[in-house]
Amino acid sequence: MSDQNSIAGRLVDGFWHNNPGLVQLLGLCPLLAVTSTFVNGLGLGLATLVVLTMSNVLVSATRRWIRSEIRIPMYVLIIASLVTCIELIFKAGFPALDRSLGIFIPLIVTNCAIVARAEVFASRNSVALSLLDGLAMGGGFAVLLCALGFVRELIGHGSVFARLDLLIGGEVLNGLQLIDGGFLLALLPPGAFFVLGLAVAGKNAIAQRRREAAGFRLSI
Amino acid sequence: MSEPVGQGAAKPTIMQNGLILAAVAAICTTLVALTFNMTRDRIAANELAFLEQSLIRVLSGISFNNDLSASVLVVRMPHSLPGQENAIIYRVLNDSAPVAALFVVTASDGFTGPIKLLIGIDDDGTVTGVRALEHKETPGIGDLIDEYRSDWIYQFAGTSLNAPERAAWAIRRDGGEIDQLTGASVTSRAIVNAVNRTLLYFEANRDEIFTAPADSGNTDE
Repeated sequence: MSDQNSIAGRLVDGFWHNNPGLVQLLGLCPLLAVTSTFVNGLGLGLATLVVLTMSNVLVSATRRWIRSEIRIPMYVLIIASLVTCIELIFKAGFPALDRSLGIFIPLIVTNCAIVARAEVFASRNSVALSLLDGLAMGGGFAVLLCALGFVRELIGHGSVFARLDLLIGGEVLNGLQLIDGGFLLALLPPGAFFVLGLAVAGKNAIAQRRREAAGFRLSI
Repeated sequence: MSEPVGQGAAKPTIMQNGLILAAVAAICTTLVALTFNMTRDRIAANELAFLEQSLIRVLSGISFNNDLSASVLVVRMPHSLPGQENAIIYRVLNDSAPVAALFVVTASDGFTGPIKLLIGIDDDGTVTGVRALEHKETPGIGDLIDEYRSDWIYQFAGTSLNAPERAAWAIRRDGGEIDQLTGASVTSRAIVNAVNRTLLYFEANRDEIFTAPADSGNTDE
């Protein structure tokens, strides 16, 4: 694996080796629940990215004063306040998207990927590295949300990039309707598990092939 | 595991930890309060815009030419409309002739809390449309009442006190003729009852609704 603390190493770690959704399998509740369309995935992905990055920075900046006995309540306080602020900002700036994501914006609080990064990384690394880690981990999570949303929307609705206006404003954009109708299962919760399972399997297959190509023996 | 700095000093007491937590809580609360203050007006404006946009959509194309926001009638508690709070009625007129009324009511018996509904009823007592304005129903199950998530709420358009028959004004599970949402009977029942009660109120109070001056008091009885 690449050097854990280099810039490239952090990015590769967040997007690939330790992707919160694909490898750590954290934050599956929102991941599975909102990714019925690309724009929902993108909206929640961006919100999670912002919360994760800011919580990493705050936890890292205050890590000298965070005593180990009370660190978890502190993380919860910091994360819950950040999420509440983000929710208010979403309601003010993107009301339609906020309605579409519904309860899952406030539920970012319960995304264990965020508290995990605070505990594992931000509480023992510099602010700059924690910022980078938040961007990489949040980015990796957001990319996965978008990818799941894209695939599920394509199979379930037969469309791509529908309702991007929820995020960028303006007229209703219906995206590209490739096929009429679609395979409903993809939109339902089981469809989310199928697509995520395929994504995890694909990631593992590629990683394994790479390791073998590099001449390493597969180790557990 | 990295231990916190300052461990060599005196052992932190519960008191110290409590004070630190209290300080952090105070900072965090201030942050939230500031954001709330900054976004409050925008959020209120957005909600109003959403309501007005919904008002027109619920009318299903009925033409009108009065200013809806100037036609507001507040029905104060106690009233026979659904809900435990004041209801709002928008009177819809075309050349001063009543064509429809839009009700903002609350079904207080939702599964996870009150459901705020917008119900349009035309002059003949036929529902022109229903929308869920605010709710906290279970994601993926009860929240299908939201028009962004399923078509369920559209089935009320065209219903009236005679269609379906009075006895059939219930979800299928209760022996009625209205489709329920799978797994969300409580939510479905709450909305069906709220629509039905609003229709009954409209039938009983139709004339008072349209003759009362804007934003007056109670039109009930």
